[in-house]
Amino acid sequence: MLGRTLREVSVALKQGQITPTELCRKCLSVIQKTKFLNAYITVSYEVALKQAEESEKRYKKGQSLGELDGIPVAVKDNFSTAGIETTCASNMLKGYIPPFNATVVQKLLDQGAVLMGKTNLDEFAMGSGSTDGAFGPVKNPWSYSKQYREQRRLRSPGERRGADEDWLIAGGSSGGSAAAVAAATCFAALGSDTGGSTRNPAAHCGLVGFKPSYGLVSRYGLIPLVNSMDVPGILTRCVDDAAAVLGVLAGHDPKDSTTVQDPVKPFVLPSLTDVSKLCVGIPKEYLVPELSSEVRSLWSKAAGLFESAGAKVIDVSLPHTSYSIVCYHVLCTSEVASNMARFDGLEYGHRCDINESTEAMYAATRREGFNDVVRGRILSGNFFLLKENYENYFIKAQKVRRLIANDFVNVFNSGVDVVLTPTTLSEAVPFLEFIKEDNRTRSAQDDIFTQAANMAGVPAVSVPAGLSPQGLPIGLQFIAPAFGDQKLLTVAKWFEKQIQFPVTQLQELTEDCPSGFENDNSASVFLKQC
Amino acid sequence: MAAPILRWVGPGKRWALAWVDSSSSHRRVSPNGSASHRMREQRSVAQQSLHTAPKPRKGGHKWAAVVGLEVHAQISSNSKLFSGSQVSFAAPPNSLVSFFDASLPGTLPVLNRRCVEAAVMTGLALNCHINKKSLFDRKHYFYADLPAGYQITQQRLPIAVRGSLTYGVFVGNKRSHMATKTVRIKQIQLEQDSGKSLHDDLRSQTLIDLNRAGVGLLEMVLEPDLSCGEEAATVVRELQLILQALGTSKANMAEGQLRVDANISVHQPGEPLGIRTEVKNLNSIRFLARAIDHEIQRQISELESGGVILNETRSFDHRLGCTVPMRDKEGKQDYRFMPEPNLPPLVLYDTASLPVGVEPQQVINIDQIRDTLPELPRVTRERLVREYGMLPEHSFTLLNEVGLLQFFQSVMKETRAEPKKVTSWVLNVLLGYLKQHNLAVNESPITPSALAGLLDLLDSKAISSSAAKEVFEELWKGKAKTAAQIVSEKQLELMQDQEALEHLCQATMEGHPQVVTDMKTGNPKAINKLIGLVRKATLNRADPAVIKNILERLSA
Repeated sequence: MLGRTLREVSVALKQGQITPTELCRKCLSVIQKTKFLNAYITVSYEVALKQAEESEKRYKKGQSLGELDGIPVAVKDNFSTAGIETTCASNMLKGYIPPFNATVVQKLLDQGAVLMGKTNLDEFAMGSGSTDGAFGPVKNPWSYSKQYREQRRLRSPGERRGADEDWLIAGGSSGGSAAAVAAATCFAALGSDTGGSTRNPAAHCGLVGFKPSYGLVSRYGLIPLVNSMDVPGILTRCVDDAAAVLGVLAGHDPKDSTTVQDPVKPFVLPSLTDVSKLCVGIPKEYLVPELSSEVRSLWSKAAGLFESAGAKVIDVSLPHTSYSIVCYHVLCTSEVASNMARFDGLEYGHRCDINESTEAMYAATRREGFNDVVRGRILSGNFFLLKENYENYFIKAQKVRRLIANDFVNVFNSGVDVVLTPTTLSEAVPFLEFIKEDNRTRSAQDDIFTQAANMAGVPAVSVPAGLSPQGLPIGLQFIAPAFGDQKLLTVAKWFEKQIQFPVTQLQELTEDCPSGFENDNSASVFLKQC
Repeated sequence: MAAPILRWVGPGKRWALAWVDSSSSHRRVSPNGSASHRMREQRSVAQQSLHTAPKPRKGGHKWAAVVGLEVHAQISSNSKLFSGSQVSFAAPPNSLVSFFDASLPGTLPVLNRRCVEAAVMTGLALNCHINKKSLFDRKHYFYADLPAGYQITQQRLPIAVRGSLTYGVFVGNKRSHMATKTVRIKQIQLEQDSGKSLHDDLRSQTLIDLNRAGVGLLEMVLEPDLSCGEEAATVVRELQLILQALGTSKANMAEGQLRVDANISVHQPGEPLGIRTEVKNLNSIRFLARAIDHEIQRQISELESGGVILNETRSFDHRLGCTVPMRDKEGKQDYRFMPEPNLPPLVLYDTASLPVGVEPQQVINIDQIRDTLPELPRVTRERLVREYGMLPEHSFTLLNEVGLLQFFQSVMKETRAEPKKVTSWVLNVLLGYLKQHNLAVNESPITPSALAGLLDLLDSKAISSSAAKEVFEELWKGKAKTAAQIVSEKQLELMQDQEALEHLCQATMEGHPQVVTDMKTGNPKAINKLIGLVRKATLNRADPAVIKNILERLSA
């Protein structure tokens, strides 16, 4: 039951094959068993069970609220949740309990969804590995999958390294949400996507990771990284599920002035049978030397798939792609410097013990509350915003951003329906390898295929495209014109159908080893025994 | 929500830079744009803003003072600029604070339509060009009563630009003549107010009240076209009247709804402009004038004794009557301006550009606002001069005193007396009494109806003007009697009995034969003496003109 898609389990609920409370308890049990993944920062046991009970009452009365009623979901811990601690994986917000729900959270709850908990991330969503949070890194469930373990055994038969030593990163920054869905603790999760933070972990965890068009989904209550690029993201097991969640979330929010006013139609995806009228663009700038051969071959295989099905596949150019990283760096850090200014220890969140003066209190509070990555970005951002630097950095970066956005406009105006690219350079790497480079270098490398879509505000989705020879998932990305979300998902659905991606064979792991996972330490002991 | 915000911050000594004075409303210093930037702006208008010095000093040096103003007016609106919190003066601390006002992470600004309309209205009244597209920016600085760490303002592209304000000043030897002058308005921008810090030095703590945080402000930047404190005071008063007429701000300086900062420099005519200082926290028009004049004199004395003027922020100590440096670190702060990413550009329309089929409540039509503009003070004054034939300076006084124009108009409605008579009684008698007793117009013990009744009696020649003064004094005592009642009780009616008056005149002439002889020989003083005697005999109840007629007839 747990490995099923949202739509499948929704049908099961409707037919009474399982009740919402049974489903919720099963998921809570998996959460308990997979605690070592560190996917959740907060598990909302009581809230979840209460919501499940209410859902059950509705089902009994035949008054289900719809497809999401009774469905366990998880929410990244940078979305405000009324009465539930929201930390952004930062000491700064440890203990902070928002008095209101983010609009997207409220919309999920209004549809009867059951909130299992708040998922782990890089501190304030700054990172691409979910390794830089105050509550420890997220472990990729695929590290423990049958597929990966078999491949590893085959490749180095003599070696008996424990999975705790070379576990893989989940990708980020929404790694907790991705791990939560991949480990079957819930059926959908909210991520946030500023430079690829939903698509990147989705690719590494074998999920669909969807970043809607900027302005389609409300950001109210999402604790911002970069306001002009942040979009709530959706992580699910299949494209139809993403569309179902999008249908609930999309639409104008009077609390977010950047959401579109136009009424939104429900997102029901047609099953595409004929792709002959489709034009798929392959951007030549995305073929970079760092691209792993595995990803490269899956990318060209996918292109071939479209072509052989009758679609027009053409080379396109997004000439300003290479400037995206440095441009993003300036714009992101500038907004970060600004957005983080409110964390001063006065109204909420961490406050240091120093009280000689307000300035001293500010300084110590912020030094104690933020990690090096956040502090580094604040420092850079303030540098770029200085009067003497503003023209040379911020204004130029804005101009480059416009050029990048225009690249997409030009490609889509030339008759291309969707652009097909890799999501990441390679499959997930082991944590020990990942941390050899610092956060900034990693973010710069890992976001190169995903960032531009945020700059341009266009929708993009990462879809699992196959397993690498190592037995790890690889995702490919589709990008469509702004507000072409439905078309994008329709194409993604067609592709998904051709691929028949396998689900994580993680279940046996948790079933084989039922003994406790009270904390992370015991988890690593357990893994050695596995 | 409100409770956790009221926390202590740290010892008061670090807050000296924001200290207004212990008895004031503890308004914080609102930092403004960069000093060097505005220095250049001052230079660019040097040629247009040469003014004569207030006073030539020793050595024949002439100094010219250049004064520019930045005025912050709190917008009269039910809710704040970007949140739904109510706006109210003197509510319990932290009782009007939304999640956004407290800068809870994840909250977003939503622009208040009323505030935009107020800005457009004010811009139109000040002859500004209204920008059909304007932008919001973040201005960063750390301060305990600025919860987000930045203020949302309009630095790059404000809602209104290039306006002007006409004001009247007294000129001539006796300062009896009115002349009109104009000050240019550089821009009007919408921005958020900050909260208030309350420094408790005894306990070394600062209390924060966020009720004011996020209230809409109109920042009006005036070009440095002024030359002395009086001009500045006149301009601010005129601006206050305009805002009040529009209803866009209550503009009450004592309640902090109107706050003025002044940029002041002095230079020798023909020379480049001098280094300017900024005087902040001017919370009354009187202090504004005094602070500017003091600062001009201070700069002149400083320069004449070989000193230099520092580009600094000063505050006015109204007890010492001088400006003092504020040790304001923020004065040199880099505000790291950045576009506000959560607010799309503010787009306004006029009737010509209004998109078809759009809901009227979704757009703001500049032309529609223009059509609803009320009568502005300048027009009111012109109308008073035209309709009632009053002197321009009288029209100024009527408008400048709060409530006086209304009082005047109420009297006019109820009385048959001539407008000139009413003007004179309102401006000379009533206002004189009010000033003497230090009362505001709405505190006057005499109502407009009572005064109208009195003036009717005077107009119908039922009482003499001296009797009228007596009645006025009785009315002032406020015993709830009408003028007519007082007149009849005190028997102040003019003698209407011609015969009796003739008898009195006859008797007076008979009693003073020498004066009658003098009168007949043409001594002009003699008849006045007789008139006085007759009036005395009537207990001042006779019209001197009537008496004069009778006397002349009897002696002929």
